[in-house]
Amino acid sequence: MPVIEMEQVLIPHVREPNSFTLDFYLAHGGYAALKTALGRTPDEIIEMVKASGLRGRGGAGFPTGMKWQFVDKKIEPRYIVCNADESEPGTFKDHLLMERNPHLLVEGCAIGCYAIGARTAYIYIRGEFHHVQRHLERAIEEAYAAGYLGRDILGSGFDCDVFVHRGAGAYEAGEETALLESLEGKRAQPRNKPPVPAVAGLYGKPSAVNNVETLCNVPIVVSRGVEWYTSIGPEKNGGPKLYCVSGHVKRPGVYEATMNITLRELVEGRAGGVRDGRTLKAVIPGGSSVPILLPDQLDTQASFDGVQRAGSLLGSAAIVVLDDTTCMVWLAENLLHFYRHESCGKCTPCREGTDWLHKILARIERGEGQMSDLDLLASISRNVGGKTLCAFGDAAITPVVTTLKHFRDEYEAHVREGRCTRPAPWRARHLVGAH
Amino acid sequence: MSFHAKMAYDATFQKSARELAPDDAPFAYTPENRARLDAILERYPADRKRSAVLPALYLVQYQQGYITPGAMRAVAEALAITPADVEDVVSYYTMFHTRPVGKYVLNVCRTLSCAVNGAGRVVEELCAKLGIRPGETDPTGTFTLVEVECLGACDRAPVVMVNDAWHECLDPAAAGRLVDDLRARGEAALSGCLHKVEEQ
Ligand SMILES: Cc1cc2nc3c(=O)[nH]c(=O)nc-3n(C[C@H](O)[C@H](O)[C@H](O)COP(=O)(O)O)c2cc1C
Ligand code: SF4
Ligand code: FES
Repeated sequence: MPVIEMEQVLIPHVREPNSFTLDFYLAHGGYAALKTALGRTPDEIIEMVKASGLRGRGGAGFPTGMKWQFVDKKIEPRYIVCNADESEPGTFKDHLLMERNPHLLVEGCAIGCYAIGARTAYIYIRGEFHHVQRHLERAIEEAYAAGYLGRDILGSGFDCDVFVHRGAGAYEAGEETALLESLEGKRAQPRNKPPVPAVAGLYGKPSAVNNVETLCNVPIVVSRGVEWYTSIGPEKNGGPKLYCVSGHVKRPGVYEATMNITLRELVEGRAGGVRDGRTLKAVIPGGSSVPILLPDQLDTQASFDGVQRAGSLLGSAAIVVLDDTTCMVWLAENLLHFYRHESCGKCTPCREGTDWLHKILARIERGEGQMSDLDLLASISRNVGGKTLCAFGDAAITPVVTTLKHFRDEYEAHVREGRCTRPAPWRARHLVGAH
Repeated sequence: MSFHAKMAYDATFQKSARELAPDDAPFAYTPENRARLDAILERYPADRKRSAVLPALYLVQYQQGYITPGAMRAVAEALAITPADVEDVVSYYTMFHTRPVGKYVLNVCRTLSCAVNGAGRVVEELCAKLGIRPGETDPTGTFTLVEVECLGACDRAPVVMVNDAWHECLDPAAAGRLVDDLRARGEAALSGCLHKVEEQ
């Protein structure tokens, strides 16, 4: 039997009142991994992370050990940059980690710096998380005072500073090179790749950009060991994973499990299933940027590879559950409003394409569309997909492409009847796109 | 001489139609904020002061409510960059205001998970209560209503951010009462983030 229910290691005590304090963290074995790590060589730590198979939790699932190995060790200084921008719609796991278990991230940053030979980590946190930032900053102060950060940490001769950098409202700042631009004091617009950040990142220096949850896994790899870590999940999908379940469910929230868990166990088990006696219509398994899955695909394993085999992506593990009251044209309009608003404007297909897609979706939703608009949507999507500087373009067209594929009949009904055929009671009464 | 009608890209049309805000008074940080900025600058390499542009702008906004051209010039000077560099940043990020806003800025999340939990209704209730539309400030200058995209707390939808503080799980029917409560009790009226909720 594959292990699904496991002892919680990422968010074990988040419901306890003082879980964010240093005393609490130390009482539960905190900073032991840092001590262990400082007794090994940096290369040994990188080897360990590689052997654990830890894959980035920010969206792409790229192996973290490899990313650290690619960091050019000949050039000084080097940086760890923690991506705490958490803006993918449906995602709220890093929020919980930083709010209730911030020392785990601080410890992960310190071990990361040690491994790649950096002395400084910047945590780039989205501007809206100001309340979270205060907890994180207090945790960092505590860590300095107790000698887990600063000069000559635990007598090892290793120096490490961790700074929090506050963003100011931009989804695109989550894209790693746009994040670096923003951290350098510019607009959050991506850079051309190559060079990758591991070669020329922050201030042109070798840098590793890692998601919050990724760095939180690092102390766990070090303290529990590679064997334990790889044993608790499917092959190449090891370690604990946080899932964000939201939408039309009884118990929305962050759930920790191994990647043996299925979408059904998450949606129907952990989150209590669809509420108000309604039926399930669709599930978005990895944030707004990934293709929709249908109810008959619920037995999909919620691992990086499992969700990909089912034709979608695990992304940021943001599972948005939609019941049968949801109009899929409305859904596409809602998400394209997001993408139109958040496009950084650097490349034309994305900047113009998202605006066109949104305008057309809004007019179909209002009942003013024509049948030819459906082909127009598909054609614009083809002219954006694969033709943009960063992955935002592909993400932005996904809600359109996937709803057209599975729910074309709903689009046609809107055009035929000249109105939205499913105006759910929870929606605004005003017309879509009226402002 | 040309036979062509004047084109939109004719040189005489090149002048920007955008007007700078009339309020162009010079800006100076208070001594406390100047000290805060100096402390922040320590975090970045000495030749990378520009990295502090977002924190420097937040300090301006906390000090005087919104960011004026005079303040952009002061920030530019403090960081040894051009005023254009600063304006470039201010105009990109959504959390900076270039015009006065209400005492409470109600940022209602309108993205999918909040929307399916009634965020659209929340906005309608707030519009009706305040007599304004999203993007506007009420006549008393107390409330500005803004629709924003996913705030990263979708399990506690619908979410409203009020200035820097949060209110989660806002029942549309209670949205109007929240306005009265804010008037009476200030930010104490807000439920806060999970952190505060769990401690209660
Ligand atoms: C448009 C866009 C937005 C992104 N937003 C985030 C984000 O909010 N948080 C995050 O960790 N990664 C985000 N990413 C992924 C990052 O570019 C990058 O892959 C990640 O930070 C790498 O960390 P990881 O290897 O630990 O996952 C985004 C990518 C794109 C293209
Ligand atoms: S794809 Fe969109 S977000 Fe990415 S660089 Fe181009 S305009 Fe910016
Ligand atoms: S959709 Fe509102 S917080 Fe995510």
